[in-house]
Amino acid sequence: MTCLPAHTDKKLGLVIDLDTCVGCQACVTACKEWNTGGHMAPLTDIDPYGGDVDGVWFNRVHSYEHTTEAGGRTVNFPRSCLHCETPACVTVCPTGASYKRASDGIVLIDESKCIGCKLCSWACPYGAREFDTDVGVMKKCTLCVDRIYNDNLAEEDRVPACVAACPTSARHFGDLGDPASAVSQLVASRGGVDLMPEMGYKPTNKYLPPRAHTERAASVPAPRLEPVKAEGGFLGWVDRMLSN
Amino acid sequence: MHPAFSVVFFTTATGAGYGLLALLGVLGGLGFISPDFWLGLVGMGLALGLIAAGLLSSTTHLGRPERAWRAFSQWRSSWLSREGVSSVATFIPAGLFGIGWVFFGRTSGWVAIAGALAAIGAVTTVCTTGMIYASLKPIAQWHSRYTLPGYLIFSAMTGSVLLNALLQAFVIGATAITAAALLLTLLGWGWKLATWRYNDALEIATTANTATGLAGGTVRSVEWPHTEENYLLKEMGFRIARKHAAKLRLITQLLAFALPALLLAVLFALPWPFTAILSVVAAIAQFAGMLVERWLFFAEAKHTVTLYYGR
Amino acid sequence: MNHEAPRGANAAPSQRPLADTRAPDEGDGVDTSPDVSDSIAKTTCYMCACRCGIDVHVKDGKVRYINGNKDHPVNRGVICGKGSSGIMQHYSPARLKKPLLRSGPRGSGDFREIEWEEAFSIATARLSNIRRTDPKKLAFFTGRDQSQSLTGWWASQFGTPNFAAHGGFCSVNMAAGGLYTIGGSFWEFGEPDWGNTKYFMLYGVAEDHDSNPIKIGLGKLKARGAKVVSINPCRTGYNAIADDWIGIRPGTDGLFVFALIHELLKAGRVDLDYLLRYTNAHVLVIQEPGAADDGLFLRDDACNPLAWDRVAKTSVDAADPEAKPALTGSYTVAGRRCVPVFQLIADRYMGDGYAPDAVAERCGIPADTIRRIAAELAHVAFEQTIELPVAWTDWAGRRHETIKGRPVSMHAMRGISAHSNGFHSCRAIHLLQVLLGTVDVPGGFRFKPPYPRSAPPGPKPAGKNVKPMTPLDGVPLGFVCGPDDLLVDEAGTPLRIDKAYSWDAPLAAHGLMHTVIRNAWAGDPYPIDTLMMYMSNMAWNSSMNTVETIAMLTDHDEAGNYKIPFIIYSDAYYSETVPFADLVLPDTTYLERHDCISLLDRPISHADGPGDAIRHPVVEPDRDVRPFQSVLIELGARLGLPCFTNDDGSAKYRDYAEYIVNHERTPGIGPLAGWRGKDGTSVGKGEVNPDQLQRYIDNGGFWHQDFAADQRYYKMANRSYLDFAEQMGFIPKAEPIVFQLYCEPMQRFRLAARGHGRVQPPDSERHRIETYMDPLPFWFTPFEEAAVDLEKYPLHALTQRPMHMYHSWGSQNAWLRQITSQNRLFVHHKTAAGLGLVDDDWVWIESINGRVKGQIKLIDGVNADTVWTWNAIGKRRGSWGLKDNAAESNRGFLLNHIIGDQTSADANGKRYSNSDPVTGQAAWFDLRVRIVKCAAEEAGFTEPQFERFSQPPHFEPSPDILRFGAEFRANREAVE
Repeated sequence: MTCLPAHTDKKLGLVIDLDTCVGCQACVTACKEWNTGGHMAPLTDIDPYGGDVDGVWFNRVHSYEHTTEAGGRTVNFPRSCLHCETPACVTVCPTGASYKRASDGIVLIDESKCIGCKLCSWACPYGAREFDTDVGVMKKCTLCVDRIYNDNLAEEDRVPACVAACPTSARHFGDLGDPASAVSQLVASRGGVDLMPEMGYKPTNKYLPPRAHTERAASVPAPRLEPVKAEGGFLGWVDRMLSN
Repeated sequence: MHPAFSVVFFTTATGAGYGLLALLGVLGGLGFISPDFWLGLVGMGLALGLIAAGLLSSTTHLGRPERAWRAFSQWRSSWLSREGVSSVATFIPAGLFGIGWVFFGRTSGWVAIAGALAAIGAVTTVCTTGMIYASLKPIAQWHSRYTLPGYLIFSAMTGSVLLNALLQAFVIGATAITAAALLLTLLGWGWKLATWRYNDALEIATTANTATGLAGGTVRSVEWPHTEENYLLKEMGFRIARKHAAKLRLITQLLAFALPALLLAVLFALPWPFTAILSVVAAIAQFAGMLVERWLFFAEAKHTVTLYYGR
Repeated sequence: MNHEAPRGANAAPSQRPLADTRAPDEGDGVDTSPDVSDSIAKTTCYMCACRCGIDVHVKDGKVRYINGNKDHPVNRGVICGKGSSGIMQHYSPARLKKPLLRSGPRGSGDFREIEWEEAFSIATARLSNIRRTDPKKLAFFTGRDQSQSLTGWWASQFGTPNFAAHGGFCSVNMAAGGLYTIGGSFWEFGEPDWGNTKYFMLYGVAEDHDSNPIKIGLGKLKARGAKVVSINPCRTGYNAIADDWIGIRPGTDGLFVFALIHELLKAGRVDLDYLLRYTNAHVLVIQEPGAADDGLFLRDDACNPLAWDRVAKTSVDAADPEAKPALTGSYTVAGRRCVPVFQLIADRYMGDGYAPDAVAERCGIPADTIRRIAAELAHVAFEQTIELPVAWTDWAGRRHETIKGRPVSMHAMRGISAHSNGFHSCRAIHLLQVLLGTVDVPGGFRFKPPYPRSAPPGPKPAGKNVKPMTPLDGVPLGFVCGPDDLLVDEAGTPLRIDKAYSWDAPLAAHGLMHTVIRNAWAGDPYPIDTLMMYMSNMAWNSSMNTVETIAMLTDHDEAGNYKIPFIIYSDAYYSETVPFADLVLPDTTYLERHDCISLLDRPISHADGPGDAIRHPVVEPDRDVRPFQSVLIELGARLGLPCFTNDDGSAKYRDYAEYIVNHERTPGIGPLAGWRGKDGTSVGKGEVNPDQLQRYIDNGGFWHQDFAADQRYYKMANRSYLDFAEQMGFIPKAEPIVFQLYCEPMQRFRLAARGHGRVQPPDSERHRIETYMDPLPFWFTPFEEAAVDLEKYPLHALTQRPMHMYHSWGSQNAWLRQITSQNRLFVHHKTAAGLGLVDDDWVWIESINGRVKGQIKLIDGVNADTVWTWNAIGKRRGSWGLKDNAAESNRGFLLNHIIGDQTSADANGKRYSNSDPVTGQAAWFDLRVRIVKCAAEEAGFTEPQFERFSQPPHFEPSPDILRFGAEFRANREAVE
């Protein structure tokens, strides 16, 4: 059913900290590894050892140079499905393959209904949908729906693979619909932003902007160093210090 | 956007087919065109043939065409589903109208009603096609007030030029039809020029800044997440050089608008069979021109995902 | 709900599972609880040198999924991009399948498959002949070997001094610079106090080294709001998230650090108390030019260094805790004029030559920035001190009620080490750390056990007396303390094939792997018979001057024999080096074998306690391959090497697993420290425990012991820690470790150069030894920069591995190679504009050694005098299971082609290895280049190109499509 639920009980999503992401690709391959055997298995790789290699990935990390008057910064930027509140990728689907879960807000694809028309990928401004040419259907991030509720995993492991893997703790997971949740608090305290808010799809995932060149940046209020004033200069100072 | 031939042909062919169908349905039903067997057979055959060929072509775009039937289910939210429903539904009155005309030799009464319904179906289907594109916010060139009228105008234009060619070929050419085709071609030309002008001046609110949430200054792509082109870039990262696009725009204008308009204009001064020949040439040229136009419609459309790739 | 305390690094409230993880009743038919694995094996990753703990999930007999082990002290549950791609490494189509014997010309890739028995007999015959005649004719060099404690031991038992791993190419400048100064170093030897530091400086750290601990640490610093300052010409990776990015000009880090020291000294912002307690700053240095002991420490009759007691006005034992030593001045003791080390430090670094204004231009850093960083360092170190409420007792029995710390920490790696001035630059950083009083204090840099050790640690390198059928009287790699320890003959000729511990590279703590092929080819200092290598891509990205290296590997003498007569190579994959071997011994993947990550080797301890780990087979090999370590042990037995055979001549160890458990290096000390003793209750020292491996497996594949709270800091002088270290066998005696700001062993080399002592350098080397064996760190222009015409070669060129491939074998990995299959040359916008270059242009990158062609990408985040690229993306056609059209061999390029392996000829016409003159560390960051836009018809493909290798017999073509994981789903759905 591609009409959107009027309300979702939860708004599960990710929070990605661009201030901390070093672009190591850990979330990228952890995602690939889990999901290639997971709910949408496989994440096919075409020509994996050749010149036209093209695989299905649910999470990809770009790197940018952001230059402002305050200076420049290199920003590593993980990009995956944002599990929007009002996603057009769902409503444009002609078959009901794309849907948004009323319970937790996760946007999923029912592969058995997908005809591979690709319209959802055209409708998604974020490039979150990946077409698997081998099986002719669209695939996408499941927010690890087969991990976060998985009775066969230890309770502590029931988080998305990318969040578990991230070595710099740049990824967070939780209910962004609950203002009291840890992720919502994190977003509030760090000024988390929506991507392309002007599109109006109300992404659930939030991005925490880099603190460089902002008032959040770490700074050391160090006064300028002055030469020691003791008699005999530095060596005199040493002597005086030692005889104290 | 990648100009897949299946989709370029699909929208061009069905546009012309539905335009012709609507005109045949209305003009036939109203008695402007006599229910000639051969005209009916060729006309309706051409209209439905173009539609069927277009629809068939579109299914080759699908990853799983055997499941295409599922596309009829989500008409409440999806313009693509609505297009599917509408296009198939239109076949019913269109079929009845064709049968009435060709086999029963009449275009009045229930056949006229079927013709009217077919015309409504045709217009509806073209609207749904237009809306598929017009509703896509990530593609600013499509998500504009020019897209839906464009689809309707081009459908009417190509349909009328085809109808004129048919009537001329059957030696029942009517000045009014030729005049309408000429006017619609000029309207189409104007609309296309206006669309291009609008698109060229487009200031898109979505930028690499909003795409990344990095406010202010410039955001430049340094490295992609992958070296080779992936699905997103192949499907949506299509780029066309400005020079190349300008050339194709010129070809579009010549083939789809200028040449047909010129040919249609000189019809008024020429006797049959020249009128027939030139009308057919005008229709063929326009169809070819519209294929180029539609190719450009895709090629010049920029999807927001390209912002992530610095394109 | 999980009521236990959350485990692992990613355990913030915003990273935990939902409060209620029961699946909601969505009714969409999604299986939210699919079966993940039939079994989970906890072992150690080998996708790089970081050695994280991993949980390998095996399903239907295949590896389904690998994630980080939350309990493991190295990675605490996180896993990097490589670790998660281990599956693709394990199932790589480039895996070798059977022993191979060369059947075509060397380098062609033509082989025939042989059985293991034949492989063993060929190797045994060859090696046993060498051992009978002249053992040094075997050169045994390993690459990313994590079993150097075994391989080095094996070489020693064989009797050849010609052993080393890849450290000489990699980071020996860091190891030696640290070990000779503070008795420890960065990475495996120490780490920042991530939990307490407030100011973190990162020098020349490429994308890794080490991997997850730095990333975890950076995450912590960010969460706490600590300041991160990076000094690096490239603004990538860790440097991208720094609060302050200092885009330094390559090779000038030492100069920058000296300017900081200059500022701090001038302002009196150094920790005098710390210097007196923990360093040799107060030790008296003899100042009598011309004397045989000029520049050495003034010592008493018991050979203890002396200091001047400024209260008693007399000389005292420098180690006397009651003394009041002077740090400045000039004194005459028993007729000898001498000054404290600190006086020499002040004299040198307070000079105008090291003032910020004097260095700013050369460093490419504004003088104001240098002054600001110095001020910030001083402010944090002295105004933001921290105190942990833990009492501890120092070596002299003085009780301290709290542990005081200066929360400035530093980490440095490749950008320092891979320059010819790297040793001194590394010493400069340690000097800065020590002057600020930040080594092994809360918030500072902390040692990881078994470090600190005495600076330098023993033992000395063995190899002076090489005799047939006789083991060496020690291990091949060690630490020299003066010319007497060098491995040179009477004429000064090196005794080792790589010229380590010779006048060319006196402090070559890790050997000089990068010189072996040239020296063996040239027969300089002597010809060898067999070159045995393990896991080291010496015919490609692990050597400099690749084009000539390849030629040397295949060169013939006049009689038509190969100049390097025989090459044995072991690797798991069909790399660019395999085709140059005469005999190929196929290794297993890391999931198919035993290994030990040993305290005797390169440890994985944490600053809070020692640890070690194992690998154990998770899946059975599906090919006729054997783990190299087991092969080496069998070879040792077949050769009859003493420690690998029983008295009756039978093999002492069946395989590596048996060796790991039963081998004792010294009584009670074996490869693994955990669960020793018959009942498994001892740690460190203890009897062999036959059940030891199982105990490791039961514990998640590793052993780790936490220090008591009072043992965690000031380890160089902490009685409780030192006692523990002695008990564990880390140090021979529980004595304090004194930081050697002034490196006396180096002065001994200088004295030799001045004509003193029994072992003196040849005349041609005297000047070089005098210059570079300076006992206090100094800065000099890197050799290549000093030698080339800078107008002609105006740019520095650097390489770094991308984080997702560092220390890894990325290009055969179907997932990792998708991320990077072509490397670009990154050029600063301004530099490119000056050269008329635009994005995507193809250029020739030209050095004095040759040229290579690649495509450029313009960026801002790089020092404008520097260009750089991702290393080892360029691959040779026919290797690694890649198809001929792979970007790696068509558009990717290897910068090594244009990095010289030798310096330009000096005045005497001598060409040295392109290395640091102190340690022999390969100086591949010294490279100078120019870039020139290539002709239109040259664009689009890289050059030089090399002939395609043939594929080994029965190598199946790599698949056109990979559906890894489909089978798990199919099996799952079949069950449902």
